[in-house]
Amino acid sequence: MSDEVGKITWISGPVVRARGSRKVGMLELVEVGTERLVGEVIGLKGDQMTVQVYEETAGMQTGAPIYGTGLPLSVELGPGLIQSIYDGVQRPLPLIEEAMGSFINRGARFDSISREKKWKYTPQVKVGDEVKGGAILGVAMETDTFEHRVMLNPDDSGTITWVAPAGEYTVTEPIAKLKMGKEEKTLTMLQRWPVRRARPFVNRRGANIPLITGQRILDTFFPVAKGGAAGIPGPFGSGKTVTQHSIAKWADAEVIVYIGCGERGNEMTEVLQEFPHLIDPRSGRPLMERTVLIANTSNMPVAAREASIYTGITIAEYYRDMGYHVALMADSTSRWAEALREVSGRLEEMPAEEGYPAYLAGRLAEFYERAGYVNNLNGSQGSVSIVGAVSPPGGDFSEPVTQHTKRFIRCFWALDKSLASARHFPAINWLDSYSEYLEDVASWWREKTGKDWLGMRNRAMELLSEESRLSQIVKLVGPDALPFTERMVLETTRLIREGILQQNATEAVDAYSSIEKQIRMLELVLYFHDRGMAIVKRGAPISLIHDLPVVDRIIRAKSTVTNEELHKFEEIQKEIDEQMGQLDAEYRS
Amino acid sequence: MSDVTVQGGQEVVGVSRIEGPIMVVEGGTNVSYDEVVEIKDGRGNLRRGRVLEVGEGFAVVQVFAGSTGLSIDGTSVRFLGTTLHIPVAEEMLGRIFDGLGTPIDGGPEPLTDRYADVNGQPINPTARIYPRDYIQTGISTIDGVNTLLRGQKLPLFSGAGMPHDQLAAQIVRQATLGKEAGAPQTEGEEFAIVFAAMGVKNDVADYFRRSFTESGALTRVAMFLNLADDPPVERVVTPRAALTLAEYLAYERDMHVLVVLTDMTNYGEALRQISNVRGEVPSRKGYPGYLYSDLASLYERTGRIRTSKGSITQIPILTMPNDDITHPMPDLTGYITEGQIVLGRELNFAGVYPPVAVLPSLSRLMKDGIGKGRTRDDHPRWGAQLYAGYAKTQDVRALASVIGEEELSEVDQKYLKFGRAFEREFVNQSFTENRTIERTLEIGWKLLSMLPKSELTRVNLDEIEKYYKGDDATN
Ligand SMILES: Nc1ncnc2c1ncn2[C@@H]1O[C@H](COP(=O)(O)OP(=O)(O)O)[C@@H](O)[C@H]1O
Ligand SMILES: [Mg+2]
Repeated sequence: MSDEVGKITWISGPVVRARGSRKVGMLELVEVGTERLVGEVIGLKGDQMTVQVYEETAGMQTGAPIYGTGLPLSVELGPGLIQSIYDGVQRPLPLIEEAMGSFINRGARFDSISREKKWKYTPQVKVGDEVKGGAILGVAMETDTFEHRVMLNPDDSGTITWVAPAGEYTVTEPIAKLKMGKEEKTLTMLQRWPVRRARPFVNRRGANIPLITGQRILDTFFPVAKGGAAGIPGPFGSGKTVTQHSIAKWADAEVIVYIGCGERGNEMTEVLQEFPHLIDPRSGRPLMERTVLIANTSNMPVAAREASIYTGITIAEYYRDMGYHVALMADSTSRWAEALREVSGRLEEMPAEEGYPAYLAGRLAEFYERAGYVNNLNGSQGSVSIVGAVSPPGGDFSEPVTQHTKRFIRCFWALDKSLASARHFPAINWLDSYSEYLEDVASWWREKTGKDWLGMRNRAMELLSEESRLSQIVKLVGPDALPFTERMVLETTRLIREGILQQNATEAVDAYSSIEKQIRMLELVLYFHDRGMAIVKRGAPISLIHDLPVVDRIIRAKSTVTNEELHKFEEIQKEIDEQMGQLDAEYRS
Repeated sequence: MSDVTVQGGQEVVGVSRIEGPIMVVEGGTNVSYDEVVEIKDGRGNLRRGRVLEVGEGFAVVQVFAGSTGLSIDGTSVRFLGTTLHIPVAEEMLGRIFDGLGTPIDGGPEPLTDRYADVNGQPINPTARIYPRDYIQTGISTIDGVNTLLRGQKLPLFSGAGMPHDQLAAQIVRQATLGKEAGAPQTEGEEFAIVFAAMGVKNDVADYFRRSFTESGALTRVAMFLNLADDPPVERVVTPRAALTLAEYLAYERDMHVLVVLTDMTNYGEALRQISNVRGEVPSRKGYPGYLYSDLASLYERTGRIRTSKGSITQIPILTMPNDDITHPMPDLTGYITEGQIVLGRELNFAGVYPPVAVLPSLSRLMKDGIGKGRTRDDHPRWGAQLYAGYAKTQDVRALASVIGEEELSEVDQKYLKFGRAFEREFVNQSFTENRTIERTLEIGWKLLSMLPKSELTRVNLDEIEKYYKGDDATN
């Protein structure tokens, strides 16, 4: 099925040139050299083709053959994706380990989805049904509880002529037959989809449901909507990966696609070893049972790193099409951009800013554009939310990847080195970050909690920006120069920073806050502020407020009050009333 | 790793261009990418090189020893048909090699038929064991607040004239002497040290050799030396050769290997030079766009795998040009390694040893190797509290410099005292002082006790109850 289409004429790292057939297509998948390494055609000129190779090219010779496949780079889709860990071009890493040992050798060929494993399948169509692309044909149980909705390929439509009875099938056994015009096609649970082509849907819906992550600074202050896109830029060591891991653990999505793109091997190992033992608070099942991992670490071939982003987003769209909420994490999109730059450099393309190719912005736009909350072809609704980490050189946000990313996301979580070095985590700077989803998700909060989340959130933000103004003054003249009313603001913002914004991802109670806990904490701190301010205005010295025992209680509530014991907040509020009530009485006269 | 025997290949006469360490060879057929070549100059002397690019009828070759003395006419090139391999054997411990892995201590070639590709191969993430065992270095700023784990890559970011060599030597000495210090993890297990020098002066290499000798470890050390006056291009191979031996010792001989690489900045310099000669599109400061991937191909050769009891722990040293941590070398290193120990100029001036600038330092794996059942239950929160306190001290110092110390509030004055004591008693220790983790925790609590209880919101109340020694009456 693969014919020789050319001979290699030039090799430089992951980029190879060859001369031969003019029939080879742009972006066609090819096999390169005698070892038949996987590659993709990225340039054509006369009988010359340029190929990026997804495996290490050391030892490859000029004159060696290139074989065409006639197909674009695609992923395999079907039951068995969940709980898998793949490299950037969807090769299953566990099978590679089984066959080759601890080190990744090249030339490995494995099916991405097991051909042997049988799935419990129940059909949902019957003979005679007219079905269109995306239609749900039946359901396979991908885990004990996860329904994998087997869909007709989006490009197909026709009449069902045969349906397999409920039973156990492999992904290549027929589950139905479809008459398309004169042709009859046998359908299986397995399909392929070209990674660089977005999977189609009917239209976008408004993104007005927040993706709840259990991270207070995100949910309460800078929420991302389901189907939205967020960027998290920061220098090394500021918390990009920990934040992404936290979202992967706690976000209320039904499927998580986590792409380790050009980052550390140990970080993927950590997820692999931890997720099977962590229980999803919503489903009660191990977190691994909703997770697909793509690991193309920094030392794996750079062209496959470029592909990993597309492999991940295509899998995410596939689950969206079933009607699920999917959250995709990409750590880090900068490494992906660098892969583009590296390949572009070898091609001696004209560089734009900092050596990046001129099409960088276009590629970023295409990627983030694949996020969305949509009406699917089959009438269901699903979403893909994207959270992309950005690793700006020197932590300087003015560099091209951060700047272009900003144009295509609506939620910006700016990590800050000085917060990280003071071990204020998550080190997300509340003054530099923003979310454009605030208004969109406000009514959801009101429905769920019955409270004016947006109003309270905005008040807290006002206090924080007031704090920033006051700190400038304090830096010049010291805190004593401020009137007590302004120092009251500083007392409250300390509670906001240490009690709410700081959240320790490694501590069991603190790692995940339910929205009820989040809103109660916010309410409590603002209550403290209002009462304190009233007292201070009557002339009480600020030190009396500062020294109230309840202050410590509030700061510690994040790790002492579990999501199940929210009634404890009533106790704390009572303490505020008691302690402040006393002061209030003293200064009322 | 694969076994390969190097055999003779085709010989080509036809050098068409020589520029810096790069040479274009014409007339070879079936040349393979990245293969090793042997270059014979007019007088018959041999040197080695490697293919960087192949095209129809030509190959671009990088000459490790540089091109001095090579001429277009008198030079012939033999393609060896294989990528660069070095011999690997246990008996290489106690020996000294040049930057390409050839013995320079007067001893014989290692007797082995095991040859391994210096490029190595990526470890499959599914084959790794996540590091969890801490290494007691006896240094408070490391064990206490930036804990080093077995299988971690933790660089020293330093600057010219700072005592990074001493600190690295102290880490190596005290970590491998763990038994005496009471650290349980080295008992009955074999360790090895692989040392690679890139472009450093001879006295640096000598310093390490003496230090290894004094601690009696020299027979467990393999040294790969590319010194300041050795060919710069060879530097690109030196850490790879060292790591290739380290991988063999760790993953095939079950040893705990500590790898010291110094100075990575010189390595980067060599890479930049080659890239510039080739006219590649530069990214920042003239470094090639693939600097990140290239560094990752070294630093990621660290860790533990499920099929072996051994481990590789890396301590790369790099001097930051102009003490600038945003320079591409420290910057990209920090993006790849699992934290960094940063040395600070001001502390060094103040005579503090080791002058570890605690705030920008980080051990990413610390959280997984400390706490209950590993070091002590309070350790993680105690560490966060020390960080928070010391960070606050910096703000207070800034304020004091504006309004004067006397004008500071009572609490802020306590922070000033805390900060000074932190630097003098916690950070500062002698070159031979090997502190137990208990001692480090004790010093930390003593310092925290200088602050009012109400400031200690990172540790929990039980811990304050148990360890706080202050006379604070509030709360
Ligand atoms: N939310 C958090 N809670 C506790 N520690 C954190 C948190 N975020 C970051 N950290 C600490 O910061 C370190 C660096 O974070 P990481 O996410 O690896 O940074 P980055 O990916 O930006 O380089 C972590 O190893 C951890 O010690
Ligand atoms: Mg990271």
